[in-house]
Amino acid sequence: MSQRQVLQVFEQYQKARTQFVQMVAELATRPQNIETLQNAGVMSLLRPLLLDVVPTIQQTAALALGRLANYNDDLAEAVVKGDILPQLVYSLAEQNRFYKKAAAFVLRAVGKHSPQLAQAIVDCGALDTLVICLEDFDPGVKEAAAWALGYIARHNAELSQAVVDAGAVPLLVLCIQEPEIALKRIAASALSDIAKHSPELAQTVVDAGAVAHLAQMILNPDAKLKHQVLSALSQVAKHSVDLAEMVVEAEIFPVVLTCLKDKDEYVKKNASTLIREIAKHTPELSQLVVNAGGVAAVIDCIGSCKGNTRLPGIMMLGYIAAHSENLAMAVIISKGVPQLSVCLSEEPEDHIKAAAAWALGQIGRHTPEHARAVAVTNTLPVLLSLYMSTESSEDLQVKSKKAIKNILQKCTYLPALEPFLYDAPPNILKHVVGQFSKVLPHDSKARRLFVTSGGLKKVQEIKAEPGSLLQDYINCINNCYPEEIVRYYSPGYSDILLQRVDSYQPLIN
Amino acid sequence: MATLALLQARSLAVGNEYYFRNSIVDSFRNKENDAAVKIQSWFRGCQVRAYIRHLHRTVTIIQKWWRSFLGRKQYQLTVQVARYTIMMNLYSAMAVRIQRRWRGYRVRKYVFNYYYFKEYLRVVSETNDAIRKALEEFAEMKEREEKKANLDREEEKRDYQARKMHYLLSTKQIPGIYNSPFRKEPDPWELQLQKAKPLTHHRPKVKQKDSTSLTDWLACTSTRSFPRSEILPPINRKKCQGPFRGITEVLKQRYKPLEPTLRVAEPINELKLAREELRRKEWLRNVNDNMFLPFSSYHKNKKYLPSMHLSSKYSPTSHKEQFRSENPKKWICDKDFQTVLPSFELFSKYGKLYSKAGQIV
Repeated sequence: MSQRQVLQVFEQYQKARTQFVQMVAELATRPQNIETLQNAGVMSLLRPLLLDVVPTIQQTAALALGRLANYNDDLAEAVVKGDILPQLVYSLAEQNRFYKKAAAFVLRAVGKHSPQLAQAIVDCGALDTLVICLEDFDPGVKEAAAWALGYIARHNAELSQAVVDAGAVPLLVLCIQEPEIALKRIAASALSDIAKHSPELAQTVVDAGAVAHLAQMILNPDAKLKHQVLSALSQVAKHSVDLAEMVVEAEIFPVVLTCLKDKDEYVKKNASTLIREIAKHTPELSQLVVNAGGVAAVIDCIGSCKGNTRLPGIMMLGYIAAHSENLAMAVIISKGVPQLSVCLSEEPEDHIKAAAAWALGQIGRHTPEHARAVAVTNTLPVLLSLYMSTESSEDLQVKSKKAIKNILQKCTYLPALEPFLYDAPPNILKHVVGQFSKVLPHDSKARRLFVTSGGLKKVQEIKAEPGSLLQDYINCINNCYPEEIVRYYSPGYSDILLQRVDSYQPLIN
Repeated sequence: MATLALLQARSLAVGNEYYFRNSIVDSFRNKENDAAVKIQSWFRGCQVRAYIRHLHRTVTIIQKWWRSFLGRKQYQLTVQVARYTIMMNLYSAMAVRIQRRWRGYRVRKYVFNYYYFKEYLRVVSETNDAIRKALEEFAEMKEREEKKANLDREEEKRDYQARKMHYLLSTKQIPGIYNSPFRKEPDPWELQLQKAKPLTHHRPKVKQKDSTSLTDWLACTSTRSFPRSEILPPINRKKCQGPFRGITEVLKQRYKPLEPTLRVAEPINELKLAREELRRKEWLRNVNDNMFLPFSSYHKNKKYLPSMHLSSKYSPTSHKEQFRSENPKKWICDKDFQTVLPSFELFSKYGKLYSKAGQIV
């Protein structure tokens, strides 16, 4: 009888512990309770429960800790300072899968806040146990371990290197091939985080054979998975030409273009980022993108998105056009310029406008044909207004000025240049007048048009220092016309004529 | 002595005279000598001058000839050099022509080929159009699929709702809520309810023990065939009310194997097949396919002549049949009549003639 009573006491205690830990775990899901919990000293209470005899209590305690650490980095630091991590790591190796999941969740929650906390996790030897968890049979455990590793590797290159040195990459590649979608997502995101820091890390990921599997998964209908896969591939491709070529060899074109038509904004953004990272390295890779019809797809994608989603596409067009004039011509015939000018005028954000201005400058700077194609769409006045406006950021001003300069130096399409005569600042006016002086001596129709549209009059009104380049240009233009016309349009000519009338003696017969 | 004094007086004068005459002669002799010397020197001078003149003339001739020789040599060299220069200029001009053509060709073809570039741009724009079209089709297809999936989901939801609400179906006595008598026609929900099958209560699923062996995998395990597992699945169904047979009987009846009659079971050209079978078995036993020939080499070159019975196309038993004339062009299908031996009806009823009253046949 007394034995039963004794056992009953123990049972009550166990029930109390279970209830406490479950309630704490539930309360920790709501952010408003966490402050109170922290003030009540929940950390020190949960810590011994991690070592409890009953497995359920251990698991729930770990879960509660994870939720608390997830909330903010003070609590995560408290977890680290409370020496909970070594205990977690030790029991990770031995316990069942629920505990492993919960412990991996705690490690992830601690590691995501800052590099120092992630370093603390690495220092207590959690990486090896996490890698062992990656080999587990249960997909939930694998997912939790991969997630934790991804968050640790996210912060900087040394932590990524530590993750790689623990041998995580081949296991992550195996995880990608598993049938569960959530596991694939997390593994792809972890690989993306590892590869993004440096070319050597990206090379490690490629050497583990990840690229082929990632390329196959582009076809998967799940949007979040596609988003992570495309992000991983773009992080790999961005570092060097060889890596970009490896990504291309995995036959992502033209499949990746279908992702540009996806409903999800992030998928579109990441797909255009990937194509941008591939196209920016060499002219050959840009040529490949153009030959696969990527330019048209990206232009359509730019047209269908708004805001930051457009930015990688705009930059891609700029990179392609920057490589050579043939590629810039290819961008022009794919109807890229009207789209870019639409972006330039209707986007509210300055950095997107700056990118569009830069891209237009790259397209228009090669030959007069290119400059004409840009000028015809009436973007030059927009660029000028952006340059002159005081509200534009400095970056935008610099970029639009450069774009205007580059285009103007090659532009021979006079109808587009004429508005510039009227409202351009002097440093740009110099280039405009220079262009006129180059074109007018050879084209008689243009000369006529110049006179009738009032351009000659405006040129006469420009005050230039004698001997400066501007004066030379003005002289050159004046030499194209007969003396009378130049005099007629010179300012103050009507006054001179009137003076002559005043001083004229009429002939009296 | 007088003469001596005279001679001595004259001797002084003789001396003077002597001296005087000698001096005159001397001076005359000097004069003559000078004159002779002069003449001689003049003559010698003329001689020498003539000699020198002669020498000059010969030297001039020699020099003239030598210089002309040298000049001719020099002229040859000059001509050669001039010729060489002219030829080199010609070759250079030719080379410049070739190089000009080649460089123009190279630049036009390899560095900037206008037509190739035009063609390339045309191809790029075509590819762009194709890609745009394909992507649009893809997007449309996705939309259609999504719409269809949405519709299917809604359909399923409606179906589930109808199944849950099946008790609202109207009966003959009481019209249901969707079948109000004041309406012209019943509500579409009414039709849905009619189509719906009522939901059954959840029974705890008994775990099936899969003890199927390899032969069961290989054998046909479709629902129409007899279930091959040793343990039959538990029967969860409640016994329906009414005069129904027991479930074991029903299953036995349902899964009764086919009992074809003898006529159906045996193939119709069984005789022919049996003959073939026999022939095949005999052929198996043969070591050599060639016809048996006698041993002697005398017959090696001779061809084997079969007997008359074997050499005709009619089989040995066919003389029992009527010899029909064959006309393949008149045949409806391309096969000739076959020898057919149907089975006996009597044998099919073997063991089944007696009735088994009360038992299932």
